Amino acid sequence: MRGPVSWWNNPWRPPRFLIAITIGYLLWSLLPVLIAVLYSFNSGRSRTTWQGFSTRWYWGDQTLSVWHNDALHTALLQTLKLGLIATLITVPLGTLFAIGIDRWRGRLPNGANFLMLLSFVLPEVLLAVALLFVITTVAVPVQLGTTAQVIGLVTFQVSYPAVLVRARLATIGPQYEEAAMDLGASPLAALRRIIVPMLLPAIFASTVLVFADVIDDFVLVRYLSGDASTEPVSVKIYNTARAAPTPALNALATLLLFAALAAVVIGFLVYRRMTRGDNTADRGLGGFTGEA
Amino acid sequence: MAVPVVTAPPRQAPPDRRRRTRLWSVLAAPGIAWLAAFFLFPLYVVLCIVFGQIDPLFRTPIPVWNPLQWDPTQFTYVLTHIVGENGVYGQAILRTFIYVMVASALCLLIAFPVSYYVARLSGKRRGLLLALLIAPFWISYMMRMFAWVNLLQDDGLFNKMLSLGGLFSPDVKWLTGQPVVVILGLVYGYVPYMILPLYAGLDRLSTPMLEASRDLGADRLSSFRRVTLPLCRPTIVAALLLTCLPMLGDYFTNDMLSASPKTTMVGNLINDGVQAPGQTGQAGAFVMLVFLIALLPMLYYLRSVTRGSEVAS
Repeated sequence: MRGPVSWWNNPWRPPRFLIAITIGYLLWSLLPVLIAVLYSFNSGRSRTTWQGFSTRWYWGDQTLSVWHNDALHTALLQTLKLGLIATLITVPLGTLFAIGIDRWRGRLPNGANFLMLLSFVLPEVLLAVALLFVITTVAVPVQLGTTAQVIGLVTFQVSYPAVLVRARLATIGPQYEEAAMDLGASPLAALRRIIVPMLLPAIFASTVLVFADVIDDFVLVRYLSGDASTEPVSVKIYNTARAAPTPALNALATLLLFAALAAVVIGFLVYRRMTRGDNTADRGLGGFTGEA
Repeated sequence: MAVPVVTAPPRQAPPDRRRRTRLWSVLAAPGIAWLAAFFLFPLYVVLCIVFGQIDPLFRTPIPVWNPLQWDPTQFTYVLTHIVGENGVYGQAILRTFIYVMVASALCLLIAFPVSYYVARLSGKRRGLLLALLIAPFWISYMMRMFAWVNLLQDDGLFNKMLSLGGLFSPDVKWLTGQPVVVILGLVYGYVPYMILPLYAGLDRLSTPMLEASRDLGADRLSSFRRVTLPLCRPTIVAALLLTCLPMLGDYFTNDMLSASPKTTMVGNLINDGVQAPGQTGQAGAFVMLVFLIALLPMLYYLRSVTRGSEVAS
């Protein structure tokens, strides 16, 4: 006879409560987005009533689709442009910073490390407003627009590669470098030929993550965009979401979604390839995202 | 004969070490310069504007660079309007605290069981679940809010679901100043940021420790209460901070899901001040206020991160 008490005490029963809450959470977090993606293929103007499948809002419509509407595809191009430029600056800057800070002892590097971590947890809106004030009230040779946006994004994101690279440096340990220098390599040569190749997976992972993060950014790019021509997708969504948009906005958001997910998925597969046979690196999703 | 062998290494080492020091500082220099110019300096500019003057004609702020000439008028203006008879800002600040506290408590209630389950799971399904779990992390925040704007419209799917095919006619306008919608929107937006660090912490939870507690006679609940919770308390605190801090400056969730003064938060005060002429100093004062409120939790988080890797995010 299996009563509720023995059911409760059975250590092998499946954790039904946890399963239910996990499935519930996944549905709740992903279904709304999937519905929004679905409606980007709606053939009518409505974002709430299904009127049949079409690709009208991607390129079919001559004036309103993402492909034909200037405002929409400018936003998409601006997003990708910001993603590329900001990533290309952030990753080398953060990597060099992390290597330098990791070995250089003293007050200045400690303070810089603290600043870097502070920029990691500071609410984004504070940094955005501060940078906006600098550009609008101080005579600096930077205009609002792409340059300002890139500066803001790099400042906000630079801690990401720095944290990931430092974590990897800690797991590599000093022994490989010491061995190289015992065998006659200069510090620079040991860095170039031993440490940087070992860091490559972490550097690559942070490249992908920074790119995915930058193209999703909203607060910084909104304050630092000069006019409509430098407004990326997230700002476009914010500006038009409550003003009766067409499903073209869903289509734009969907394209952004696919760009970010494609970057992360492809990045993860390449990361797996890069770390094949490397038993010092965490090859799972956790290691890739720097959370383990 | 033995003497040269002993003295040789010290003669070589000093130049080597000196060169190393210079190399590392050269590598770190661009990053340090960048942070100084685009992080530290802007924060100082905010101070100079908050304690600066306003051009009487154009209503533009004039920063005052010398801390000795700082004029606290604008900051005290904001401070005196928080409580008391002119307390126009007090309500928004109180509301922010309530929203952020309720939302992060709900976040924890959702995130903890989910990340606990996935962290304790093994086998093939775990990778897929983990991928699904952190997928929202890389879906644009605006996209996710926009998805809810679609669903919650007056003729949206949510109201259609509530009406059960025309049985009822729920006449709820979800997108005009409903605090519940804003709080749930915050939860929806920030839960992924909590799941990631929680999962990382729970993944490293020592299984032998849990088994030992069960072997020694603790039942399910007391094992959870007396072993699991104390072990992952630093993780929980870090995860809570990582969600609370960005929520403090949030204004866009509110704008997207409510756009009504009934749900104004501190972030909205900052945003409105930035866009209104002549109120730049007040926006700066709010920025400082949020910074000061966030400073203590930020320092706590940084200390726990730099002290041990157990709560590193």
